[in-house]
Amino acid sequence: MEVVDLVKRYGAKTAVDGLSLTVETGSITAILGPNGAGKSTTLEICEGYRRADGGRVRVLGRDPIADRRELAPRVGVMLQAGGAWSAAHADEMLRYVASLYAHPLPVRALMERLGLGSCGRTPYRRLSGGEQQRLGLAMAVVGRPELVFLDEPTAGLDPQSRRSTWELVEQLVADGVTVVLTTHYLEEAERLASWVHVIDRGRLLTSGTPHQLTSAGAKGTLSFRARPGLALDGLARGLPKGYLVETEPPGCYRILGAMTPQILAAVTAWCADLGVMPEGLAVERHSLEDVFLELTGRELRA
Amino acid sequence: MSPLTHSPAPGAAPMSRMVASHAVMETRLLLRNGEQVLLAVVIPVLVLLGGAEAGNVIDLGSGRRIDVLTPGVMALAVMSTAFTSLAIATAFERRYGVLKLLGASPLPRTGLLLGKVGSLLAVEACQLALIALVGIALGWRPAGGLGGTLGAGLLLLLGTAAFAGLGLLMAGTLRAEATLAAANLVYVVLLAAGAVVLPVSAYPKAMEVVLAVLPSGALAQGLRDVTSGAGLDRTAVVVLTVWAVAAAALTARTFRWD
Ligand SMILES: Nc1ncnc2c1ncn2[C@@H]1O[C@H](COP(=O)(O)OP(=O)(O)OP(=O)(O)O)[C@@H](O)[C@H]1O
Ligand SMILES: [Mg+2]
Repeated sequence: MEVVDLVKRYGAKTAVDGLSLTVETGSITAILGPNGAGKSTTLEICEGYRRADGGRVRVLGRDPIADRRELAPRVGVMLQAGGAWSAAHADEMLRYVASLYAHPLPVRALMERLGLGSCGRTPYRRLSGGEQQRLGLAMAVVGRPELVFLDEPTAGLDPQSRRSTWELVEQLVADGVTVVLTTHYLEEAERLASWVHVIDRGRLLTSGTPHQLTSAGAKGTLSFRARPGLALDGLARGLPKGYLVETEPPGCYRILGAMTPQILAAVTAWCADLGVMPEGLAVERHSLEDVFLELTGRELRA
Repeated sequence: MSPLTHSPAPGAAPMSRMVASHAVMETRLLLRNGEQVLLAVVIPVLVLLGGAEAGNVIDLGSGRRIDVLTPGVMALAVMSTAFTSLAIATAFERRYGVLKLLGASPLPRTGLLLGKVGSLLAVEACQLALIALVGIALGWRPAGGLGGTLGAGLLLLLGTAAFAGLGLLMAGTLRAEATLAAANLVYVVLLAAGAVVLPVSAYPKAMEVVLAVLPSGALAQGLRDVTSGAGLDRTAVVVLTVWAVAAAALTARTFRWD
């Protein structure tokens, strides 16, 4: 799947602004971004719901709108919300969707798999938010597609449900399905995705494997506890330029910057010189969440 | 761990199976909805029984009361199913993203439409059979023979097309709540003032032309004429055809899927 220079405007507002990204077949790709970043809009263009105002989109090598008939059975879609008759029973709904495909998965087994075994006779509108969400996932995969688009598949799920969704997604990929999902949960992208695209205001900020993103610039923190009031000038001399030392609250020492074995050695050598034992010494690499916040800005934008 | 394999095996079901499955699903949902059943079955039958029993309180003009009432109630049944029920159901399908999801499914739009038509015709067939039986039990004696029956069939189909077109036009442009209100309002207004159950002759002379070009008046009066042996009214056929074509064309241009 390939998106090149995608542009989508809603009136005066530009929701997607020259976005380019590719999705490798057989992988899990996560699209990360704050609310309103343009994630759903991008997916909806790939799903053939919306016409782009500029750029080029290819899904399985086809045009999402012109080749809709050919793509429809090959692509599974989970909408961010809704997609079912409110009076339809859960199993009836899934059975109906399954009936539109040539080789659907067994409905019963799929429901059990997603922990919906006991909700069969419940009308859709009476399912809990998480159950509706999982039914939406089931509807996206029941037709045995090659590619699935999942718009926030785990939003509002409890930890167990989230885990069963993750397991299903991992199973999909193990069985050869390509998955594109959007999420706000960084650990989810870190755990599931082989490739992450971070977007904001309709633009691509960065792409890479979760590991590449978290080690980009290798930002990290080294922290330890020792007696308050150690003279810091010796430490500053031992570290390369650009490293920050914090001693808030007193007795807690933190060194911020790219973490390498040399830095660790310099810090412990300085402690040895002063004859202090660093307690609770820890080196932490920044999580994807830190990277995300750094890229998209820490403040909530109006 | 699980016998479930997701290995891709994409493919659409045959069109006939998709359409049948959709028709069955919509019909089940309609029957599950108490208000819709009320509208589809209970109200028409009550009007038939009530109208037959009402003696001289309501003037149905010349002819035997039951012969005037039964075709009118058939028109009412068509209006309730093809217009009111269809409009409301479709508007909520739009609102709840069902139409959107189906847009990405193998069911093409023509298949969706055919499924809706299938459900509509099945429900109408049941309604009409029930009304005919109750009518006959109350003494309805349709005249016109085979030609009359075929003429009535044609009018019912055209009426269904016209009302369904109008229902979809409403569902595809208005919000779901607005559709709910408007579809019921139109139903009540046409029931009272659209020459559905009451013959055109029961209305002031000045309204005659208006009633003849309303889909409700054309369908009901056409049915009354053809089942009383007066033959097929060409004007009614033309009026219903124009409504059907115009509504379909407008719907195709204006329908919003989400
Ligand atoms: N139909 C529409 N009409 C007008 N503006 C829209 C429409 N759909 C989306 N937008 C705007 O486009 C921008 C991108 O929306 P989009 O739904 O793609 O964001 P998102 O990244 O999916 O956000 P979230 O994480 O909240 O789901 C938003 O500012 C939104 O207000
Ligand atoms: Mg979204």
